Amino acid sequence: MVDSLNLVFSFLYQFGDAFAFLVLSACGLAVIFGMMGVINLAHGEFIMCGAYVSTRAAHAGVPMPLAILLGAACAGIAGMIVELLVIRRLYQRPLDTIVATWGISMIVTQGMLILLGPSMQGVGTPFGSFVVGGYSYSVYRIILMLSAVATLAVLWLMFTRTRFGLLSRATIQVPHVAEALGVNTNLVYSVTFGLGAALAGLAGGLYAPTMTLVPTMGASFMVEAFVTVVVGGADIFLGTAPAALILAVIKAGLTSWQGQLAGQIGLLIAVIIVIRILPRGISGKILRERG
Amino acid sequence: MDNASPLRRTLALIQGPQTLGRGRRFWAGFAVVLALACAYPMFADSYDVGNNVYFFNWLFMALGLSLIWGYGGSLSFGQTAFFGVAAYCYGVLTINLGDAYGLTLFSLVLAVACSALFAAVLGYFMFYGRINGVFLGIVSLSVTLVLERFMAQTAGPEWAIGAARLNGFNGMGGMPSLTIPWPGGPIVLYPDLPLYYLTLALLVVIYLGLRILVNSRFGNVLVAIRENPLRAEMLGYDIRRYQLMAFVIGSALAGLSGVLYTSWGNYITPASMGMTAAALPIVWVAVGGRGDLTTTLVGTLLVLIVFQMLTIHGSQYALVVMGALLVVTVLVAPRGIVMALVEGAMRLTRRKEAR
Repeated sequence: MVDSLNLVFSFLYQFGDAFAFLVLSACGLAVIFGMMGVINLAHGEFIMCGAYVSTRAAHAGVPMPLAILLGAACAGIAGMIVELLVIRRLYQRPLDTIVATWGISMIVTQGMLILLGPSMQGVGTPFGSFVVGGYSYSVYRIILMLSAVATLAVLWLMFTRTRFGLLSRATIQVPHVAEALGVNTNLVYSVTFGLGAALAGLAGGLYAPTMTLVPTMGASFMVEAFVTVVVGGADIFLGTAPAALILAVIKAGLTSWQGQLAGQIGLLIAVIIVIRILPRGISGKILRERG
Repeated sequence: MDNASPLRRTLALIQGPQTLGRGRRFWAGFAVVLALACAYPMFADSYDVGNNVYFFNWLFMALGLSLIWGYGGSLSFGQTAFFGVAAYCYGVLTINLGDAYGLTLFSLVLAVACSALFAAVLGYFMFYGRINGVFLGIVSLSVTLVLERFMAQTAGPEWAIGAARLNGFNGMGGMPSLTIPWPGGPIVLYPDLPLYYLTLALLVVIYLGLRILVNSRFGNVLVAIRENPLRAEMLGYDIRRYQLMAFVIGSALAGLSGVLYTSWGNYITPASMGMTAAALPIVWVAVGGRGDLTTTLVGTLLVLIVFQMLTIHGSQYALVVMGALLVVTVLVAPRGIVMALVEGAMRLTRRKEAR
């Protein structure tokens, strides 16, 4: 009885861990895609930016939570600059934005390698671990799970309860009408892109203590982020969150059965099957049934 | 035209509405370039010849991407996945079968077929799932990245197919080069004269073949789908089938690149499929002008040469320049830099003629 409870806890922990990773790595990508129809291939580089800045700050003595927020802020500012310089000119051509952001990704990855060298010293994972039924679990992973849920909650409040949320929802629904009613749509796009980049930076800051900091670290988030967005579709709350729930079950199951890579391959196969059945993702399906 | 033989009608498609370059002047230029390419080994040492074969190896992948992306309008980021699949297949097959009796050529065909089959399966799910351009790109890229990670973890001795060890991140080596059985002893195609001419011949055949393909009915439908998928569908074409076919052909060409590369260097690593490697074909084709086979060919060759020069002189900055080139191309000349130059030149000559 106790054994099976331990097993259940172990699976829940794995599931929560997978869920947190999927939500945190995907929500920045999903915000930008859902609002602007742009897939940001430099997403991984904003994650890397957040991780590097927060680690630097932590080394300089800034307390951990503040350092992470600083990382997110820096990534957000970087995102707004990128939007201003490149993305803004490409709104009419969504396919070209993918290509352009890929170019940015190459520049940043290689540029960081030249500027800061092949790796950077990380901060160790804080808070130690606790033991349940003979297995030890990391406390920090629990914090990551809570952060993922908190991030979703804050985003939900932001999009449903604030003025920015109202303006941005108006802008995605019918951009021209929003513009005619006096919404500065350019500003909304710019802020949205910055928000997406900041969310990527947040993911980077949160995961920085758990991984090695290399300029190509962004790529290790990409598959999960892509898969979640493809399965979820364009809406963050109706799409990304439920997609992360479903995919986390698949990933946790396969990972505990066959290892990390099997989890990833399983995700990919799941996504290829899902696009055959639900081409517009979960949120597309829900929205069509509702409308 | 109507009573001409089918062969002549097919050959007449070598120039048409979907390809730049027609008439006597273009083909005279083509003949001059081809003659120069044939004469090149007489003026160059064997290292340069081998290096040129290296450039040629990549052109097949670029032409394939031009067909998928430029003509078909489907954003595929998975060229290096098919490159890798065919490369590893060739390695495994030749290490196990050996290089006698023309078995390397058999392996070449089988490896390219493997990548085409993989493309057909993946493409079936993508195109018949009717996912749009953006998702097509990220799904194909995800497949590529996962494939890279899969190959990178095959380091242990349990990862062996027959006598071929996959060797994980370090890559697989020691496979024989392409070998042609010949009465007076087999010709092993090391990166030298015979391989140069073989690759060049293959390139010319594929280039001309693709020209015929894109000017044929198939190519016209493909372009119609790129311009307006809904209209093409309303006209009664099964757009999924056409896009899938273009995807399979283009991916098989990437596979051919993979086999030639592996045979050229007797070596293949998972890194040849990774994020950076996957970006490079996009750079070549975007900079050249994806909408036309000739500009793709010229652009790819130019970018490859510049990239190699940069790697030699400013090693680390080469990739930064490639990224910047991509961004600038998208912003300034979205149809490709070589394409923009060609169009500019054509406009100039037309204006002169008008006067």
